Amino acid sequence: MQTTFEPQTSFEVSNKGFYGHFGGAFIPEMLYPNVEELRQNYLAIIAEPSFQAEFQNLLTDYVGRPTPLFLAKRLSEQVGATIYLKREDLCHTGAHKINNTIGQILVAQRLGKKRIVAETGAGQHGVATATVCALMGLECIIYMGAIDIERQKPNVDRMRMLGAEVRPARSGSQTLKDATNEAMRHWINNPVDTHYIIGSVVGPHPYPDMVARFQAVISLESRKQLLEKEGRENPDYVVACVGGGSNAAGAFYHYLNEPTVRLIAAEAAGHGVESGHSAATTALGKPGVLHGSRTILMQTEDGQVTEPYSISAGLDYPGIGPLHAHLFDSGRGEFYSITDDDALKAGFNLSKLEGIIPALETAHALAALNYMSLTKSDIVVVCLSGRGDKDLSTYTKHL
Amino acid sequence: MTLTQNRINDLFAQKSERLLNVYFTAGFPQLADTRTVLLGLQQAGVDLVEIGMPYSDPVADGETIQQSNGVALDNGMSIRQLFNQLDGCRTDAENPITVPILLMGYINPVLQFGVEAFCQKCQEVGVDGVILPDLPFDLYVDEYKAIFDRYGLLNIFLITPQTSDERIRFIDEVSEGFIYMVSSASITGSVSGISDVMKAYFERIQSMNLRNPRLIGFGINNTETFDAASANANGAIVGSAFIRHLQEQGTSADSIQRFVNGIRA
Repeated sequence: MQTTFEPQTSFEVSNKGFYGHFGGAFIPEMLYPNVEELRQNYLAIIAEPSFQAEFQNLLTDYVGRPTPLFLAKRLSEQVGATIYLKREDLCHTGAHKINNTIGQILVAQRLGKKRIVAETGAGQHGVATATVCALMGLECIIYMGAIDIERQKPNVDRMRMLGAEVRPARSGSQTLKDATNEAMRHWINNPVDTHYIIGSVVGPHPYPDMVARFQAVISLESRKQLLEKEGRENPDYVVACVGGGSNAAGAFYHYLNEPTVRLIAAEAAGHGVESGHSAATTALGKPGVLHGSRTILMQTEDGQVTEPYSISAGLDYPGIGPLHAHLFDSGRGEFYSITDDDALKAGFNLSKLEGIIPALETAHALAALNYMSLTKSDIVVVCLSGRGDKDLSTYTKHL
Repeated sequence: MTLTQNRINDLFAQKSERLLNVYFTAGFPQLADTRTVLLGLQQAGVDLVEIGMPYSDPVADGETIQQSNGVALDNGMSIRQLFNQLDGCRTDAENPITVPILLMGYINPVLQFGVEAFCQKCQEVGVDGVILPDLPFDLYVDEYKAIFDRYGLLNIFLITPQTSDERIRFIDEVSEGFIYMVSSASITGSVSGISDVMKAYFERIQSMNLRNPRLIGFGINNTETFDAASANANGAIVGSAFIRHLQEQGTSADSIQRFVNGIRA
């Protein structure tokens, strides 16, 4: 794709919202004032001492941070390297998603918003959003694909119990992509009083940067914790799964400009990259525009967005965040395609070796360890992004 | 500033009141219906025709247009196919198309086709302008305007009740053809009628004395709303209501004439 943007030396977002060739704000005029309001204010709001105090306090007392950095001894022995697990699965609501929703709801409050709208795929982001809305007493509307509503019933029930209204997205394929479209439409129709909490490092600028900043707490902690445990801040590798890529963005964030740290992203290959049932975006995609940013995108030759597939609903997305597209394009990040079968095996493996049942999304990151040709002296941090309770019915089908 | 030689600019030079622009989705309801509907609209006397290039994820559109996009894609519609269908429409021996044509769609399929190749094909088949709601205005100015200009293709921009005066001035300065006034904060097909809030917005824009003509779209679906829009701008754009009509009443010349008569009496 042609571009006239200046090449960047760092991995920070540019003033215009680009990471290298990727990012920007490709939005209809109807969304411009909303996004512009956010763009003009988000950095100042986040920098306010009162914001930081409230954010840190909630991360500590409500989310349960810092999450442990756990040395997985039996897994280390099996893999043949030193493996640390960053335990985001121990966050309130069971995954890293709440780091972002806490941050965004505090921004929304400071912008004077009365209502929150969000999209969700598997329901994890929907639950994390409904949770913070309950905490702050804001109205909450969650769009979820009609098909996902049927296959993720426990999370739908959790959202409703938390007081959210769950609205089915019945357009298109009725999954995450369409829920995102519907949430955007809702925002277009309610521009003044509503804030849209996007759940990943996707969407128009400034969302990818804002979400990455809220998730950056993951690597802020892991550096400090690794220093205590190993006498060094930098591991040799950081590994995370990438759907949209929010846990990976957070796990990578404070290592982006540390060239000795190799950043490993695990994408969902579904039944196999070439099977026609896959969500391995960098393997199958081309540059394109979706949900407001220029990124790498699974699409037809005519530029129609392709329906992805993965056993893990959280990785079942046809694009990736623009930061990750830039990591891929620049070679800073290394991307592995992990099949359903590999992920399931890795999930069972961790459960038996360490007594931790990981989310199916996270299991993709764990499976990547088997393909990385690690050596005994390597120190690896794996972002254990979520717990596997929500995936029990899928796991038990393969017991 | 001299205006580009273009059917849209010619139209507004001749006519400034009660213009009717009708939208339909290419390849809908059937793949081969594009030319039929286009001719039907011309014969029914509409002033401009906006042809939708279907897209899998049309976020600025409501249910009606999204569904028609889905049907058209299932029918095998694509930009390539659309150019094939439009090829020769301006020189057709029996029924030459003389009405200005706009293509409306989303940026990704255009990027995949290639922006320059797209503009070139537009010129070849006689397309006069495009509406790409998710192409950011500043990016257009920085990267693509020179290409559009080279092929005499106008890019029409949207403004909404939330668009600042400053931004409207900027859009008015840089674009030509007309300005597409979105009647309210909404997606297509989701509102009907003209409220007091909308009237205040129309009057604000009217008082800005913009250099470009203005057409009002979103929520125009009968004579009452068409008249109200025409009282506050140079005319109006109808989309979802026409898609519903095609679905229910078919694509015959009679059916299309009936629809147009029901909007602009």
